[in-house]
Amino acid sequence: MKMPLAWLQLTRERVRLLVAVAGIGFAVILMFLQLGFRAALFDGAVRLHASFEADIFLIGPKSSALVSMQSFSQRRLYQAMAVPGVAGASPVYLGFGRFRNPETNETRGIFAVGFNPGEPVFRLGEVNRQLASIRKPDTVLFDRASRSEYGPIAARYTGGESIVTEVNDRRVRVGGLFQMGTSFAINGALITSDLNFLRLFGERSKGLVDLGLVRLAPGADPQRVKADLRAALPADVRVLSRQEYMDFEKDYWNRSTPIGYIFALGAAMGFIVGTIIVYQILYTDVSDHLAEYATLKAIGYTNGYLLGVVFQEAFLLSLLGFVPGFAISFALYDLTRGATLLPLTMDPLRAALIFALTVLMCAVSGAIAVRRLRAADPAEIFA
Amino acid sequence: MSLMPVIAIRRLDHTYGHGALERRVLSDIDLTIAAGELVILTGPSGSGKTTLLTLIGALRSPQTGSLRVLGQELCGASEADLVAIRRNIGYIFQSHNLLGFLTARQNVQMAAELSAGSPTEARALSEAILVAVGLSERLDYYPENLSGGQKQRVAIARALVNRPSLVLADEPTAALDSKSGREVVELMQQLAADQGCAILMVTHDSRILDVATRTVHMEDGRLVQSETAVRA
Ligand SMILES: Nc1ncnc2c1ncn2[C@@H]1O[C@H](COP(=O)(O)OP(=O)(O)O)[C@@H](O)[C@H]1O
Ligand SMILES: [Mg+2]
Repeated sequence: MKMPLAWLQLTRERVRLLVAVAGIGFAVILMFLQLGFRAALFDGAVRLHASFEADIFLIGPKSSALVSMQSFSQRRLYQAMAVPGVAGASPVYLGFGRFRNPETNETRGIFAVGFNPGEPVFRLGEVNRQLASIRKPDTVLFDRASRSEYGPIAARYTGGESIVTEVNDRRVRVGGLFQMGTSFAINGALITSDLNFLRLFGERSKGLVDLGLVRLAPGADPQRVKADLRAALPADVRVLSRQEYMDFEKDYWNRSTPIGYIFALGAAMGFIVGTIIVYQILYTDVSDHLAEYATLKAIGYTNGYLLGVVFQEAFLLSLLGFVPGFAISFALYDLTRGATLLPLTMDPLRAALIFALTVLMCAVSGAIAVRRLRAADPAEIFA
Repeated sequence: MSLMPVIAIRRLDHTYGHGALERRVLSDIDLTIAAGELVILTGPSGSGKTTLLTLIGALRSPQTGSLRVLGQELCGASEADLVAIRRNIGYIFQSHNLLGFLTARQNVQMAAELSAGSPTEARALSEAILVAVGLSERLDYYPENLSGGQKQRVAIARALVNRPSLVLADEPTAALDSKSGREVVELMQQLAADQGCAILMVTHDSRILDVATRTVHMEDGRLVQSETAVRA
């Protein structure tokens, strides 16, 4: 191997290298946290969506998000079932109820989901194992990941206590637990049968549903069935694919809150800080070695070779900074996930994106720093 | 030994600056140096010796006249031609100009890699020449841990490792005490004789003039040819 000049130069000054790696690592961590939180918040908003067992979703056209749905007639579900390729269409009822904290007697808004236990709509094994429980009148499943303001329901239930409280001033029993998690507007959740739901929400009628879950027959083409459903159903329902249904929810929160923007800005700050740090390091490094670079030119090295050295240094720095930054971000994700129940995970695509950004960051700094190379004049070294 | 002179200079002028700041530092230089010669260039400070060396060394572009080095005309040559000619010249500077982040061997190896067939060969050549300059015990020392004389030996090894046809040295002993200065120059003389290359050396050091085959003197940008055949 030829002499790895960039590597030798970088590693000769350990302290400077350490500062550079720490700076780049910091920028990497900043980008990981900002983009991670952003994804987690948006993923959190569609956790319920993702746990529905359905290929196509029907919603009222004026619905804007899970917490603001426009009901539509249950007849649309019967019509949907007549479309070829549709195996089933199940109604889901959604709404906010007032949950009384059994310890403090204060009430808090809680998100409630009702469905027919005869047609399970969830991918959650835990829920599907407790269908018998919600068939009992006035019995609900409680989200153990709900916030503490509802009281220590999960802990007391697990401890064997029977918990009776009120939802919308009606007595209910907690018949089991499941795990969902909080998101932008939902601090806690209940799952129950459609009949129980309608008892709790007395003003709602069985004929008006909030969400229709369409399951396809084996081998049916989802695109095709979606198009057929759109053709078959009147304009008072929207037909969405699974992805479209989740995007619909994420779009709402992206539009109605500055969260997406704030985190993107945070990540951009990380990028800029990183660029400035790498630039400073490279610029100082080139300046300190101008006489040596001029000597290399004098003994016959081309300007292109020296450009290559600076860019290799930039690339090495991005690697050396990314690796610890990645490892620490990984640990911070774990830590945060434990502390907040935010679904913060190391997405390979995001890691690849941030690695690309780190390389770009170093390349940009390198491109600015090499302008300093022009000052390396081989004619000056005899002076 | 080839008949073609290593250096052939005819009517070379050089000016620094433009317009009102224009200053002529070299006028009407004529100089021919053949292979195997060790020519010492003397002259007062500011007379233009370094300027002449940088021109011959292809480190600066000549403006008017003719300057042929190793058969290549440097007047009007492209940057790529200049870089190519530099690879056939060994340079020894007043301050050793070693790369501080490389060891003695790595410094020499940087030069060797320019012409060696493989990195392994470059390494072997570098170690051999460092042994030849008496630094077999110091191969992996960084310049900061070497004495002035040792650093200049590394610089000589770097200049000679590619067996250049021409060595240019600008006051190579200026930073050394007289004993190590003498040693360094004798080393250059011996290696150059072994390799059959020409040496052009600028020096003020009157104690070493005797190693030259010929001395040329510069006054105010003009050569005063006072040929002394000390070694003849
Ligand atoms: N890069 C330069 N720009 C302008 N003037 C220079 C430059 N280099 C040298 N000079 C001037 O040219 C003259 C000759 O300098 P130099 O060749 O270094 O002489 P010497 O090596 O004999 O001392 C001096 O007057 C010096 O000030
Ligand atoms: Mg000089």
